[in-house]
Amino acid sequence: MLMKFVDDSKENVPKRSESLIVGIKGDDMHQAQVQIPTEEPPPLPENDRLKAIGKRATRWDGNLKVSGSGKYTADIRLPGMLYAQMVDATVPHAKVVSIDTTEAEKMPGVKAVHVVEHVLGNAQLRDPKQELPSKYPIVRYAGQPVAAVAAVSPQLARAAALKVKVKYAPLPFVVDRDDARKHDAPLVYPGPADQAGTAGGGGGPKNVPQVGNVHGPAEHKVGYIDEGFSDAAEVVEARYITQVQTHSALETHGVVADWKPDVLTVYASTQGTSTVRDELAYVFSLPKNKVRVITEYMGGGFGAKFGAGNFGVVATHLSKKAGAPVWLMLDRQQEHLSVGNRPDSDQSLKIGAKKDGTLSAIQLVSYGTAGCGTGAGCSGPAINMYKCPNVHTQEYDVFINGGPAASFRAPGHPQGCFALEQSIDELAEKLGMDPLDFRDKNDEFEPRRVERRIGRAKFGWDQRRKAGSDPGPVKRGMGVAQAVWYRIIHMDSAAEVRVHQDGSVELMSGVQDIGGGIKTVLAQVVAEEFGLTPKDISIRIGDTQYPSGPPSGGSCTTASITPAARNAAYQAKLAFLRSVAPALNVSSDDLVLQDGHVRSKSDSSKSWTFKRAAAKMRTSEIAARADRVPDYKNVGRRLNYGGVHFIEISVDTEMGHIHVERALAVQDCGRPMNPLHLESQINGGVLQGISYALYENRILDKQKGLMVNPNFDFYKVIGAQETPKIEIHVIENYLGLSSTDAGGIGEPSTMATAAAIANAFYNATGVRMRRTPMTPAAVLETLGKVRSVTA
Amino acid sequence: MNRFAFTNCDTLDQALSALTPGAELKAGGTDVLDRMKERISAPEKLVNIRNIQALRGIDESSTGLRIGPLMTLGEIAEHPAIQKNYTALANAAAHAATPQIRNMGTIGGNLVQRPRCWYFRSADYDCRRKGGETCYAQIGDNEYHAIFHNSICAIVHPSSTAVPLMALGGSLDVASSDGKRTIPLETFFLLPEQNWTRENILRPGEIITAINVPKPASTARSAYQKWAEREGTDWAIADAGVVLDMDGDTCRKAAIVVGAAAPAPLRMHEAEVMLAGKPITEETARAAGKAAMVKASPLTHNAYKIPMFEVAIYRTILLTAGKMGPDPSAVGGRA
Repeated sequence: MLMKFVDDSKENVPKRSESLIVGIKGDDMHQAQVQIPTEEPPPLPENDRLKAIGKRATRWDGNLKVSGSGKYTADIRLPGMLYAQMVDATVPHAKVVSIDTTEAEKMPGVKAVHVVEHVLGNAQLRDPKQELPSKYPIVRYAGQPVAAVAAVSPQLARAAALKVKVKYAPLPFVVDRDDARKHDAPLVYPGPADQAGTAGGGGGPKNVPQVGNVHGPAEHKVGYIDEGFSDAAEVVEARYITQVQTHSALETHGVVADWKPDVLTVYASTQGTSTVRDELAYVFSLPKNKVRVITEYMGGGFGAKFGAGNFGVVATHLSKKAGAPVWLMLDRQQEHLSVGNRPDSDQSLKIGAKKDGTLSAIQLVSYGTAGCGTGAGCSGPAINMYKCPNVHTQEYDVFINGGPAASFRAPGHPQGCFALEQSIDELAEKLGMDPLDFRDKNDEFEPRRVERRIGRAKFGWDQRRKAGSDPGPVKRGMGVAQAVWYRIIHMDSAAEVRVHQDGSVELMSGVQDIGGGIKTVLAQVVAEEFGLTPKDISIRIGDTQYPSGPPSGGSCTTASITPAARNAAYQAKLAFLRSVAPALNVSSDDLVLQDGHVRSKSDSSKSWTFKRAAAKMRTSEIAARADRVPDYKNVGRRLNYGGVHFIEISVDTEMGHIHVERALAVQDCGRPMNPLHLESQINGGVLQGISYALYENRILDKQKGLMVNPNFDFYKVIGAQETPKIEIHVIENYLGLSSTDAGGIGEPSTMATAAAIANAFYNATGVRMRRTPMTPAAVLETLGKVRSVTA
Repeated sequence: MNRFAFTNCDTLDQALSALTPGAELKAGGTDVLDRMKERISAPEKLVNIRNIQALRGIDESSTGLRIGPLMTLGEIAEHPAIQKNYTALANAAAHAATPQIRNMGTIGGNLVQRPRCWYFRSADYDCRRKGGETCYAQIGDNEYHAIFHNSICAIVHPSSTAVPLMALGGSLDVASSDGKRTIPLETFFLLPEQNWTRENILRPGEIITAINVPKPASTARSAYQKWAEREGTDWAIADAGVVLDMDGDTCRKAAIVVGAAAPAPLRMHEAEVMLAGKPITEETARAAGKAAMVKASPLTHNAYKIPMFEVAIYRTILLTAGKMGPDPSAVGGRA
């Protein structure tokens, strides 16, 4: 994750005192006095008093997307462009003896062949000498990139890839987390290994012990866990199992790489134009000013699209060799196998509370597999959700011969919430407390307290019945669970705003829109400053030629880039007013921009349309660039994100079928910038959460070590017919931290859903569902409806 | 995908002469093209029969139904006479696959599509059905596999429409350059014990020319339901096709067929005899479901299908008898 917490106390910039709004609207919202940098624009009032920000502006590029005229990476066509196909390992663990590309190279129309020299994403041995030298990278999972060919058509490239002869010396393999923990399990790595992580995250703890395939523990200790349990009046202890989920973004990973002597241009489906540029510059020893990365439209990433990736490096090699642009998009099978996943988990969680309902101890031991990578830890919720004096967590990564994990929408947290939020419910019941009351007692985070209160009323929580109340085979139940996420700010966030003499305004930034709608939000921010409408502003983003943009990870995009955009707009506005004031015979201090007009504050008869005023500019263009300044000094708010999900389900206890009847997501994200887009993201979060809870599952076959469902036929993702009614309520939680005070929503909106479904399952049936996915098979087994089978 | 010849045919005779060894028929193409892309099949020639008008049409007469094999699943699902008198068939066609597939996929193709077993569908597994030595589902990931007749090859038959067609006593007209024959569906499908590399008795060079369903007695009703992990588009993990001939409240005769339980659609005779001569009640329907599963022999990960099929059969019997509504848990059950 992009953990760049910023402490502004060291910044020695001139400050001024400002009064700004802080707190939750409808709860404790108030004015607070804060020192902010002198250059900063005046603080924004609450959303009700704004014209563009906080409004339901429709998607800036919506028409372009739905009409197909917005070009995604796969749509890029360049003159002379070639198509590439990867050659992937067909075995899960092997030394590559030889790679024969001669037959492929001889095929007419094949223009370049590349053999992979270094594999990105896998863990690396701490001591490479523990493995015998190998000419080619050791294959650690089936689907690992081995080579690639570029040809004049995709069909030819596929045919040529099949002609590349790879000879393997197979090694013993293990693809099951439990099997891999056994003392005699085949070793994925012959010694301790760590995953560096990609540009956008991933990777687990380094310098932890490793025994066999078991890497860890990474520990977190607060207080005295044994004392915590001896203080407890009630203790619950249980084991929870979650599955591996693949990112399954609609758009697969891919690039079009165009190597030219003067500049390498790469169109990439990425969450980080800058991180892809940096990685390619590093790999190809190019200065950063010779690499340009463009992401104009992007079809989802969920955390798996930060670096250049093996495919990006390979496509660049092929372009360099062939002297032509190379198109390389992964297919769905490659997408499932080789570009990341959410690790599974096997969590043993024990928590205890005193008689009065205060938590006294939380103890978590987790094992999870991130394939041949690390990063399966899932203790975030256990550590950060509740106030508890004694916490002890131990996280173990278990190596298997599977594709390496990548950061995935709140890494570790859906797993962690699934266990923690069920245990919290169970403990509440033991103490005879309502689950919401128990959380009120132990959760100090103000937004969640408000969210629980709102949700209780909106959802009709008090109509919730005793567990297992329905007599018939179909049983209904309600559940709740909550989320914790972190305020992450990326300081490499800059924007430039230009005003032209014809009255047109544009914003430029390297930031990319991965689907959340940052283009629209940026247009709203500039429009607010200029008194225009979002549609009046041209937004040019997703290009490293523009001012540096943040990688979109950790739900940081809106919080990081919008203050820079507002500050650039503000500076451009001041320059604009200074430029036109003389021609209008008004002092620039007396001018305001409102409703498409330039107006005199002192003389209401003096008003010009923005366009007419712009014509008076002394130069053809006025531009201002601004960088993200550090967050203002915190006025004492807790700087996390919350989110509480309420779910009602029905369980057909005879068929094992779970139907989600309705969901309510109550969320916070600082100042809501655009409720329409927030709702879209939260809808997506809830749906991805349901899909994780009920359907998705990567299945690796132990016989050959291959994934048996690398498609969307048997890797099951939620569809329209499984989509319940989703109600959304976003609170306004002003933190007073930046010129827009925006936060993030992507991650907090998905992590509690599976846990809420599990709690609803208990309320429906009176039985705990401690594993995902909750398929009919899992449900019937959990309900004791399946006779045991002796194989 | 391999290189292949493509022959467009406008008549059955053209198709019969084009269907030489090494060639494969293409109607809607939703199965064969997929297999070719996945490198499971590599026909030298595709014989495109999609434009043969003589293989289209739905004729309902006093003796029964005659369906051209090129009628799409969508056309069958929406046909008023089928919905009314052959309800189980309309139900099965309506809930197969996706709307897109239903608009392309034909009923003939639906009956002869190859299995969806993930070991069969992966070029990396030289499974027994593809001529190899091993059935990987025996000890592998077999949660979606057969609970009957599964010791040699554990596929489940993928056709939804085969289930009601067999329950309704349907038959197929087939033609080859050697002549014509009619095959009852009951004997059309092959179990692995008979042949583990083919799912039916169609000979090379034969083309289905019609699907016939005898007119059910005026006292008969039928229904089909399918259950899956998802509620919309998904493969069945349990299903049931039921035909009940009623004498007032008493069942004169029952035909009960299940699809996702075995390598071929299976008549559940044990369940049928439980109903004959008895009133259809919750009790008799449940007893029939239980009886159907007595001989089930699940694999390591699919024993959960037994309680599902018991309930699938019981609920579909009651639906057929009008004593229970469509099951909301079934695919499309909430539509």
